[in-house]
Amino acid sequence: MKELKVQPIKDGTVIDHIPPGNAFKVLKILGITESLPDSVISIAINVVGKRGKKDIVKIENRELKAEEVDKIALIAPNATINIIRNYEVVEKRRVEVPDEIVGIVKCPNPNCISNTREPIKTRFIVKSRQPLKIKCYYCEREPEDISSLIM
Amino acid sequence: MNFKGRDVISIKDFSKEEILYILDVAEKMLPIAEGKKKSNLLNGYIMASLFFEPSTRTRLSFEAAMKRLGGSVIGFAQPGTTSLQKGETLADTIKTAESYCDVIVMRHPKEGSARLAAKFASVPIINGGDGAGHHPTQCLLDLFTIRKEKGQIEGNRVALLGDLKYGRTVHSLAYALALFKVDMVFISPPELQMPKEVIEECREMGANITIKNSLEGLDEIDVLYVTRIQKERFPDPEEYKKVAGSYRIDLKTLENVKEDMIIMHPLPRVDEISPEVDETKHAAYFRQTFNGVPVRMALLALVLGEVK
Repeated sequence: MKELKVQPIKDGTVIDHIPPGNAFKVLKILGITESLPDSVISIAINVVGKRGKKDIVKIENRELKAEEVDKIALIAPNATINIIRNYEVVEKRRVEVPDEIVGIVKCPNPNCISNTREPIKTRFIVKSRQPLKIKCYYCEREPEDISSLIM
Repeated sequence: MNFKGRDVISIKDFSKEEILYILDVAEKMLPIAEGKKKSNLLNGYIMASLFFEPSTRTRLSFEAAMKRLGGSVIGFAQPGTTSLQKGETLADTIKTAESYCDVIVMRHPKEGSARLAAKFASVPIINGGDGAGHHPTQCLLDLFTIRKEKGQIEGNRVALLGDLKYGRTVHSLAYALALFKVDMVFISPPELQMPKEVIEECREMGANITIKNSLEGLDEIDVLYVTRIQKERFPDPEEYKKVAGSYRIDLKTLENVKEDMIIMHPLPRVDEISPEVDETKHAAYFRQTFNGVPVRMALLALVLGEVK
């Protein structure tokens, strides 16, 4: 039986170890379909790896910078970023939670100004990474269940 | 210290030294605030007073402060008379207002609104209350009152009484008093206790905190800060009556207190302090209200750079 696999890429970025089912959220957070309209992007969902199921995203001909990718740390804290040049992994690193989280998490406080139609993005200051604690820049609310607030 | 151009959003944006400096400037403003001395310090400056929510004391004392210093005031006291009715965003209202003035004072029902305004305005924003968020000028005038009445902030035992859970004033005040390592007693019904985060933060800052559910032990208190217990916090009106009644300050509750104990209240009050207390030497709440003027004068003069 013929098996169809995701092809290795020649140059670009591979985001590995995304929790299964979250690949599309990752793409949405990265905003990559809009910013890279000409890149070939491959997605693999529910790939069985050594540590169970995972999703993988491969972006051809574009090396993503750390500050671009770190935004996904909230939904994929164990993701690894592989930079590929000529089929070789030339750089491998884990995502890190950035100092500020902008436009990704919705404030749970219904009376927060960021939940109105003002021309602003939501903004959270990261107070601690382990355990993850964030505080709304506007109303200072510290949400508990952060993953449920990802927009 | 240079305050020129600075926003005043939360008391937490200021260090202890900066707070003391603001209080020193306010002290110098007293004769002007009382109308005994005339001033033209802010002549030619315009303050926009944008009140998206009703207020008596904050709005009037800011306007009085600006006018006592020779400045002018524009603005509104109800959003009903503005383009907000037509659906204008706060950001656009702020951008419009700032082109007509040198400083903006605002009160808005949404938390974080003052931070948002500061992001869009190039003139200083002074927060006159943002929903259940911050009210830094109230906090400064409270500190000013304690210092003026008791000689200093440190060394006093301060009781905060009433709705400690939802009251924005008491959260900021507790933080500010903790900066001065003041001993505090939090007295409230169990369902309206001070939030844990506030208690922990104050303790971490080195303040000694006691938590109580009754008025016992008032004889050890130097400053009694009373706040309103709001009816709407209680689903059962009978329960409200009972709770509110047990925290009411009247002549009887004051029988054993220290001679020089002062009672403060951010006002408006409903039933929590009996009017007969007004006549006692303990009642400092109307003097406290007046202190809003010199403190707000100091802030206006500082952020406009006319006092350095």
